[in-house]
Amino acid sequence: MDDVDVDTEFIKETLKALKGARFKAWLQICAHCGLCADSCLFYLAHDKDPKYMPSYKVAKTLGKLYKRKGKVDRGTLEEMAEILYGNCTLCRRCAMYCPFGIDIAIMMSAARIICCSQGLAPDGLKATIENVIKTGNQMGMSTEDFIETCEWMAEETEEDLPGLQIPIDKDGAEMMYTVNAREPQFYPQDIAEAAMIFHVAGEDWTLPSVGWDCTNLAMFAGDTKTMAKQVKLVYDAAERLGVKKIGITECGHAYRACRFEGPYWLGFPGGEPPVPVVHSVELFARYVREGRIKIDPAKRVTEPVTYQDPCNISRSGGLAEEARYLVNALCTDFREMEPNREHNHCCGGGGGYMPMGPRFKKRRLESGRIKAEQIRETGAKIVIVPCHNCFDQIRDLDKEYDLGVKVVHFKTLISQMMIIPDDMKPNQQAS
Amino acid sequence: MYDLVTGPFAWVAFGTFVIGMIVKLVSLIILARKKDKVVFDHLDLGWSIRSIFYWLIPFGSRGMRQKPVFTIISFAFHVCLLTTPIFLLSHNILWDEKWHITWWTVSERTADYMTLILIGSAMFLVIRRIVSPEVRIVTTAYDYILIAIATAPFITGYLAYHQWFDYKTILIIHIISGEVMLIAIPFTKLSHMVIFFLSRSHIGSEFGQRRGSKTW
Ligand code: HEM
Ligand code: SF4
Ligand code: SF4
Repeated sequence: MDDVDVDTEFIKETLKALKGARFKAWLQICAHCGLCADSCLFYLAHDKDPKYMPSYKVAKTLGKLYKRKGKVDRGTLEEMAEILYGNCTLCRRCAMYCPFGIDIAIMMSAARIICCSQGLAPDGLKATIENVIKTGNQMGMSTEDFIETCEWMAEETEEDLPGLQIPIDKDGAEMMYTVNAREPQFYPQDIAEAAMIFHVAGEDWTLPSVGWDCTNLAMFAGDTKTMAKQVKLVYDAAERLGVKKIGITECGHAYRACRFEGPYWLGFPGGEPPVPVVHSVELFARYVREGRIKIDPAKRVTEPVTYQDPCNISRSGGLAEEARYLVNALCTDFREMEPNREHNHCCGGGGGYMPMGPRFKKRRLESGRIKAEQIRETGAKIVIVPCHNCFDQIRDLDKEYDLGVKVVHFKTLISQMMIIPDDMKPNQQAS
Repeated sequence: MYDLVTGPFAWVAFGTFVIGMIVKLVSLIILARKKDKVVFDHLDLGWSIRSIFYWLIPFGSRGMRQKPVFTIISFAFHVCLLTTPIFLLSHNILWDEKWHITWWTVSERTADYMTLILIGSAMFLVIRRIVSPEVRIVTTAYDYILIAIATAPFITGYLAYHQWFDYKTILIIHIISGEVMLIAIPFTKLSHMVIFFLSRSHIGSEFGQRRGSKTW
C-alpha cells in the first residue's frame, strides 16, 4: 500500500504519548454493554441507529488506531475523520451514563489530534486556525479594526450612559474581559451590552489589544500547537496588564479552554490558570446578588422562557445553578427543558460543529432535532443562551423546525432591564 | 485429578488472580502518575466516594433509572456472582478442611436459587447482546466468551450439586472453570471488578472536584 500522504511514524509516536492510564483502563474495561447509547444526541436523533452509539464510535476511531498500532492508510483516516468530527460534538454526556465513567469525548478528542495532524480537520476549522496563527484571533481581524470597533461601540452607547468607556489595555484593571471574535466581527452590539453592564456595576475592567479572543477552535480541530498558542495569548495579556481576573464572554468552549484545559496545554501546576478565569454567567450572577446590578421588576420578561445549558458551562463548567439564579431574576415564567443542568443535551452545534462549514450543515440540523424537541416541549418563546455556538445553532433550529422562539444572551436582557442609577443617566439639561 | 485441581491448580489460580490484580493496579497508578497529571490534580475523596456509591446501589444514577429492567438483572447477576461462591456451604467446608477458615453460609436451597438467578440473568445478557442493535454493534466473540467464563462455574456447580451426569467429572470441570475465571479476571475486561473503583473515582473527581458537576 502506498501511504506517502500519511505520516505513520508521527501517528505512532502521538498514540504512544497519548496512552496513559486512563485510555488504557477505559479501552480495556469497556463492558460493551451499550448503556451509553441513549445518552448520545446523535444516536437519538438518528432514530437509534447503532452506528452513532458512543462506544462504537471510539472503537472505530481511537480503538482501531491502537489496534493497528497507528498503521492506517489515508482512506481509513478519512473515514475516521467523518466519525470524529461529524458524529460527535464532544459534549461528554455519555461519560455520565457509562457505569465506569468512561470519558468517550476525551478519546474522540485524542483521535481528532491524529486526524488533524494529517490535515483532515474540517475546512471551517482549518480556516480559523490559519487566522489564529496570522492574527491571534479566529476571524483574522486586525488590531486596528478591533480597537476601532470598540471605540465605535463606546460612542454608540455613550448617548445612554454618558462617560461609558471601553478601556483598551488599561494597566492594573481589576478584570480583563475577553470576547468571541464573532462579536467585533458580526455582533459588535454584544461588546456594547457588556460594557453597559460593567459600567453600571462599577467594574474596573479593560479589553486587551492582543489576546482578546478567548475562543479556541483549535481545541476542537485537534491542533495542539495552536490551541496552546491561543490560550497563551490570553494569559499573557492578563499578566502583562496585571489584572486580577480574566472575564469570559458568553461563550462555552472559550470558558472551557481558558479555565480548564489551557493550564494543561501550557503545563501550569495543579491545572489552574495563572490568573483566575470567570465566565459571564458567574460574573453577572455575582453583580445581581451583590446588588451592583438591579433588575427593574417592571421590565422582567413575562413570556415563557427556557434556558439552554451549554455543555461547557453546565456539564463541564459547573455553572448550572448560577445561570438559574440569573434566569429567575430576569423573568417570571421560567420553564426547564427536560433533561436539564448537567444532564442537558448538546444543541448539536458544539465541539466545533458550528463553524465546520457548509458541508456539515445538514447533519448539524439533523442532530439538532433533539434540542428542537426539547425546546418545543417547554412552550417557551424565548431561549436564553450564554454560548455563541448554541446561540447560532438554536437560531438555525428555530428556522428549520419552526420553533417560533427568540434566542438571546444574558447580556442583552440584563443591559435592557437593569436600573440605571440617576447619577448615571444622561444630563437632561445638557441635551 | 481432584487433588491436582484443588491443590496446585487452585494455588496457581488464586495466585494469578491476586498478584495479577495487584500488578495491574500498581502499574496503572504508576502510569497515571507519569502520564495522567489531570487525574491526581483533581482526585477528591468525597467526590470519588459519591461517584462510586451512586453507581453501586441499584437505581442510584439517572442512567440506571432509565433502564430499570437491565438494572435489576445486572444487579441480580453481579450479586449472585459475587456472593454465591463465597457463602456456599460446600465451599466453606472445603476451606475449613484446607485452611481452617469459615464464615457465614447460606442454606443450600438459597444457594440453589441464586445459582439459577445467575444463570437466568446471564442468559438475559446474552440475548440482549443479540437482539439490541446498540449492544450487538459493539459485541464481539470476546464478550460472549467472557460471559461464558463467568457463568461456567455456576452451570457446572449446579450440575454437580444435583449430581446430574457423572459427579466426579463434573466436579473437576466445575473447579477448573472457577479457576479459569479467576485467571481471566486480571487480563480481560473482567478486571473491571477492581478498576471500576478507580475509573469512577477519576470521573467523579474530574466532573465534581474540577468542575462541580455530578456524574450520576
Ligand atoms: C464490585 C465488583 C463489580 C462491579 C462494580 C461490576 C460492574 C459491572 C458493570 C457496571 C458492568 C456493565 C454493565 C452491566 O452488565 O451491569 C459489568 C458487566 C459485567 N460484569 Fe461486572 N462488576 C463487578 C464484578 C464482576 C465480577 C467479579 C465478574 C466476573 C468475574 C463480573 C462479570 C461481568 C460480566 C461478564 C459483565 C458483562 C455483562 C454483559 O456481557 O452484558 N463483574 N460489571
Ligand atoms: S460526547 Fe456527546 S456527542 Fe460524543 S458520543 Fe458522547 S454523547 Fe455522543
Ligand atoms: S456504557 Fe461504558 S462500558 Fe458500556 S459500552 Fe458504553 S463506554 Fe463501554
